[in-house]
Amino acid sequence: MLRSKSFVKRTRKGNIVRTVKEHYLRDDISCGYEQCGHPVCVKARQDAAEHGRHSVDGVQTAAPLSCTPRDSEKWGRHYLIPDTNAFINQIDIFERPIINNVVVLSTVLDELRGLSMAVYNRVRAIVREHERRWFVFSNEHHRETFIDRSAGETPNDRNDRAIRVAVKWYANHLSNTGIAALMVTNDEGNLKKAKEDGVESCRMDEYLAIFTEHPELLDMMGSVSITDRESGDSRWGGYPEYLSPVQVQAGIKAGMLVQGTLQIAAYNYLEGSIYTTFPDGKERSVLILGRMDMNRAIQGDKVAVQILPKSQWRKAPSAALVDEDEDSVPDVDEKKKSDEKAARDPAVVPGDADKSVEGRARKRARVAAEKSTPAAAGDTAADSEDGLCVKPAEITDETLEAEDGEITGRVVGIVRRNWRSYCAFLDPNFAPKGPRASNAPTSVSVLAMDRRIPKIRIRTRQVDVLAGQRILVAIDAWPKESRYPQGHFVRALGDAGDKATETEVLLLEHDVPYQPFTKSVRADLPSEGANWVFDPDRDLVTAGRRTDLRHLNVCSIDPPGCTDIDDALHAVPLPNGNFQVGVHIADVTNFVKPNTAMDKEAAHRSTTVYLVDRRIDMLPELLGTNLCSLMSNVDRLAFSCIWELDPDANIVNVTFHKSVIHSKASLTYEEAQNRMDDPSMQDDITKNIRNLNMLAKKLRKRRTDAGALTLSSPEVRFRLENDSQDPVDVEMKALKETNALVEEFMLLANISVAQKIYESFPDSALLRRHPQPPPQNFDNLQHALKPLGIELETGSSLALAQSLDRAVLPSDPYFNNLLRILTTRCMMQAQYFCSGTCTPEEFRHYGLATGIYTHFTSPIRRYADVMVHRLLHAAIDRQVVFGPELTDKVKMSEQSDVLNHRHRMAQQASRSSVELYTNLFFKGKTVEEPGYVTQILQNGFGVLIPSYGIEGVVYTSDKDKKDVPAVLQYDQESHTLVSADKSSSVGLFQRVRVVLQVDDKPVSANVSSMRRKLGLRLTEPQIPGVSMTPEELGALKAATGKTLSKADEDQVVELVTKHPEQVTTI
Amino acid sequence: MSRQELLSPEGLRVDGRRANELRKISCRASVLDTADGSAYFEQGNTKVLVAVYGPREARQKGLVPHDKALVNVEFNVAPFSTSERRKRSKSDKRLLEVSAFVKQTFESVIQTHVYPRSQINIYIQLLQHDGGTLEACINAATLALVDAGISMTDYVCACTGGFIDETPVLDLNFVEESSIETPDLTVAILPRTGKVALLQMESRLRSDKLEDVMDLAVSGCKSIHKKLDQAVMAAATDLSEKLGH
Repeated sequence: MLRSKSFVKRTRKGNIVRTVKEHYLRDDISCGYEQCGHPVCVKARQDAAEHGRHSVDGVQTAAPLSCTPRDSEKWGRHYLIPDTNAFINQIDIFERPIINNVVVLSTVLDELRGLSMAVYNRVRAIVREHERRWFVFSNEHHRETFIDRSAGETPNDRNDRAIRVAVKWYANHLSNTGIAALMVTNDEGNLKKAKEDGVESCRMDEYLAIFTEHPELLDMMGSVSITDRESGDSRWGGYPEYLSPVQVQAGIKAGMLVQGTLQIAAYNYLEGSIYTTFPDGKERSVLILGRMDMNRAIQGDKVAVQILPKSQWRKAPSAALVDEDEDSVPDVDEKKKSDEKAARDPAVVPGDADKSVEGRARKRARVAAEKSTPAAAGDTAADSEDGLCVKPAEITDETLEAEDGEITGRVVGIVRRNWRSYCAFLDPNFAPKGPRASNAPTSVSVLAMDRRIPKIRIRTRQVDVLAGQRILVAIDAWPKESRYPQGHFVRALGDAGDKATETEVLLLEHDVPYQPFTKSVRADLPSEGANWVFDPDRDLVTAGRRTDLRHLNVCSIDPPGCTDIDDALHAVPLPNGNFQVGVHIADVTNFVKPNTAMDKEAAHRSTTVYLVDRRIDMLPELLGTNLCSLMSNVDRLAFSCIWELDPDANIVNVTFHKSVIHSKASLTYEEAQNRMDDPSMQDDITKNIRNLNMLAKKLRKRRTDAGALTLSSPEVRFRLENDSQDPVDVEMKALKETNALVEEFMLLANISVAQKIYESFPDSALLRRHPQPPPQNFDNLQHALKPLGIELETGSSLALAQSLDRAVLPSDPYFNNLLRILTTRCMMQAQYFCSGTCTPEEFRHYGLATGIYTHFTSPIRRYADVMVHRLLHAAIDRQVVFGPELTDKVKMSEQSDVLNHRHRMAQQASRSSVELYTNLFFKGKTVEEPGYVTQILQNGFGVLIPSYGIEGVVYTSDKDKKDVPAVLQYDQESHTLVSADKSSSVGLFQRVRVVLQVDDKPVSANVSSMRRKLGLRLTEPQIPGVSMTPEELGALKAATGKTLSKADEDQVVELVTKHPEQVTTI
Repeated sequence: MSRQELLSPEGLRVDGRRANELRKISCRASVLDTADGSAYFEQGNTKVLVAVYGPREARQKGLVPHDKALVNVEFNVAPFSTSERRKRSKSDKRLLEVSAFVKQTFESVIQTHVYPRSQINIYIQLLQHDGGTLEACINAATLALVDAGISMTDYVCACTGGFIDETPVLDLNFVEESSIETPDLTVAILPRTGKVALLQMESRLRSDKLEDVMDLAVSGCKSIHKKLDQAVMAAATDLSEKLGH
């Protein structure tokens, strides 16, 4: 049966047109009940059995609903049919395995797609889990359940009715099986109508009450209604209303508003910014200061921003820092004060009360009262309801010309929310003490681990259980009357301070997918499993598409204990005096075919994440550490890059082959070095290594001459890009030569491959670039270097490298390392990109001083390399069949965004993991160590302690005494902190001594220990009011009784040096 | 932004069809009185009207080969055929391309040597557009040519095939056709012999999938053949009734 669906829509040009689509109604849609006797359902089951009809994801879709669904007193055996809002608000509950036998209507799915793709994807993921027994019923295409929109009915009402009709259909259809169909909705109107229609229905909380054994489910209910309106604060009028989506769109189009993703400053949650393209085509960043101006937007939200008049721009640049401002806010009543305090706090906007947030808001209210005119000519005139909005003016060059101050704006609308689940903990100051009725829900505040996220209000019945635990919460809404967003409890992660819990927290916070591989992913592994062996016929050697290189003396050089061997090398002298050098990379793409579940999962994970105690693999273990790993003495498939190099290491030619190799030895750096140094070793492999080493030195020399940066140091070794190897290791410090050898050839392979794939796929090659840092990035550093008589030349990487080499202080051997570490922080981030989206001039890799670069050498642990392997294979073998995954510029570019995100997150996760372990180690101990000042902040300074590779902040203003002016004031001129009488100051590079301590108190005692912060106190130089006096120090040492023993210290050294990247941030 | 889900995991397409189903087809021959042959053809929401004039004396005698007939195809799109009204010029390359395809297809099927020094004009008017223009044009033209009594070796039946989420799909509508990722293959066959008269695709399709998509499209052509045959029979019955009176 055919129905046509017609609706009116707006085209991109803004015209209003009528669209007509066909809509076929079917009578062959089954109900999904596994024993349904209805002829249609029987037939559908037979079809599925015969054809083995599989859905896109390879999971059987036939009849999943069980004949023994959950039984309850009230409704008997029943299937659950939730409406759209039930999913939107309670998706966390539905994800619990306890909720099964659910019918998802296509009406609901369609609505979900429109409302939230994230929730839609989560629902789809549940449906795919066959054991959950969820079923998607295409009611919109079912002849008996499709309904037309009746006159005067809103689309929402129509959809609600469609859901009711479908539920009723189910009830009738299953009437002789004794199974009920139960609609779940929290919409009162819908419930009422359901009752009238005789449709079985209930509210979510009513339903959850049947799970008496799981009381926490009720806690997970999203708070939909604002029942606990924060009272006791009559002066506070709430946040300004948002503009409607239509107004926002029109405003952006008309150039009155700009949109961008809100990024909150890491150290100051009241300072946000967006980086966006202005109507004039230039990209600028816009500051958004204070709660009122952020107007309920949260880190990551895509917001519409109105630029404030110039008079309200922030005039004082430089990073500011707020230290746990909210510590001292015990309850709701005082929040107001705290806001004002935060606003007046010199840390936020130094000194100038008039520019404070509240002050500005009030001023604006005045301005608005004078200026606001009734919405003019259908324009984007702001909603003047609360008198806070001014009519946005069109952004022109004139309004942006920055004479002084930074562009500042305020959020007037949300384009798209980007809320996720947050790891959080109950505010220790806030948790109500004393006895309470155990089952009554209490409203509490939770603090997110991510400091950029505001406090979240949740209601829970388990306050006592949750105190001191890490919990996962989700935000439901942020009504304008509520100062903080409202959310709900999702699940408890475990006790704070516990290693496993904290590790899970950091994985969640860094968005690292760490679940074990699913069944469908594992199904894509070779069926032979670990018994897989090379077969010349299957692996196309016989067909001539894979080269047999098993006769070559290939060996691999890796850190000790390395099980996922990505690369192996060989070098043979040729009769003409040149050398044949080969880099052999694990042939991952032979096992990971495009668009398989395994490929999709790897693309999603994008990288292997290394933590101190575990590794989160991108590919299943069988591939990573066995079938792909180029272990010695077995035949392994490889992708080989083979050059002919002349004795000066110039490339004569290069070829690429899919190959099969037989590695003769897996060496560690140390073994390789020993072989090389031992003159009695004259076997082929050792000669190989010596040849390689000779060539590598020449390559390195050439690269350094071209301006490649070495931002490493003997103690805390850091490489701008960790291109060749796993995170830098202890051994590497001692034996630089063999490590550099491997790295040199990996770089060469990456560059050669980049050229090849760019030549074959000029529009869709995946490359990696590293933009030149703008000179202003170096401003603070240059400033601090001036008194030392050192100047960095930042014009090119060569000039920078040379000036870094010259910058040596004879008095302080560590100075050069420190400078290199700080220089690294001025760098831009290297990123993956698709060649079709940039001009060739932008391809440059600044740090490596090469015109084109990509990642090819670690396909086991990076997805970028997998993509590059596919591109290269298609480039060298004409018989390769490939689809849009290699040619679609848009898809490539989207995937490279994912890669960049995951890559960054993986780095941060590793760093946090080290930090966590360091903290656990230092717990209850007190150490005094020399350090260097690396960062100057408004109310504190960063100190790097080289011996442990730890960095922390020393605060100069005491948070308990906010009203007392800070002892040290920030001096913009010299970028230092100076005391009032100018007698003492703190500046970059200054040597200090600090005491390192982690609270011995239980972790739940206060906010800073919940945030697992390492405390640093200054002991030298002695600045009264900031430093710890010797007496205090002595007392502290006596009190804790524990100082570091020698053995402990060794342990720390090892822990830290294994992950030296932690001190640097690119 | 979210991409549209063209094929749901339940196996239904945006309009509720399964992957191997055609849209609803209805057609009728002899709809215009003035033309020698005519047909109206609907495939879903794509609606085409075709008029055939000829064989008749060639206008421009110089252009006509002496031993066979000239097939002339003119394709027009009604300004109201899409949801946004738009007038297209006659020299629109897209339109010329469609008429060229139709012309090529029929030149090989019409027994042009039977009509030397004459001309056969096929006028195609697209009344409503919802994907699959070329297939609808060819199917409608076949019907109109049959109606005009022009001798042909066989019917020509056309159908499109695509490939969504690893599944071959039949008869793409406008939404499916305009998705960038969906390859769009048009096949025209001579149903009796199974010979391919036209095979056209502008997008990329993995070569190992071509055969699957082809097979599906050919099966679609066969179903369309039945429909066309019915329409011809209906027209013939109608005509014989008229003559009988």
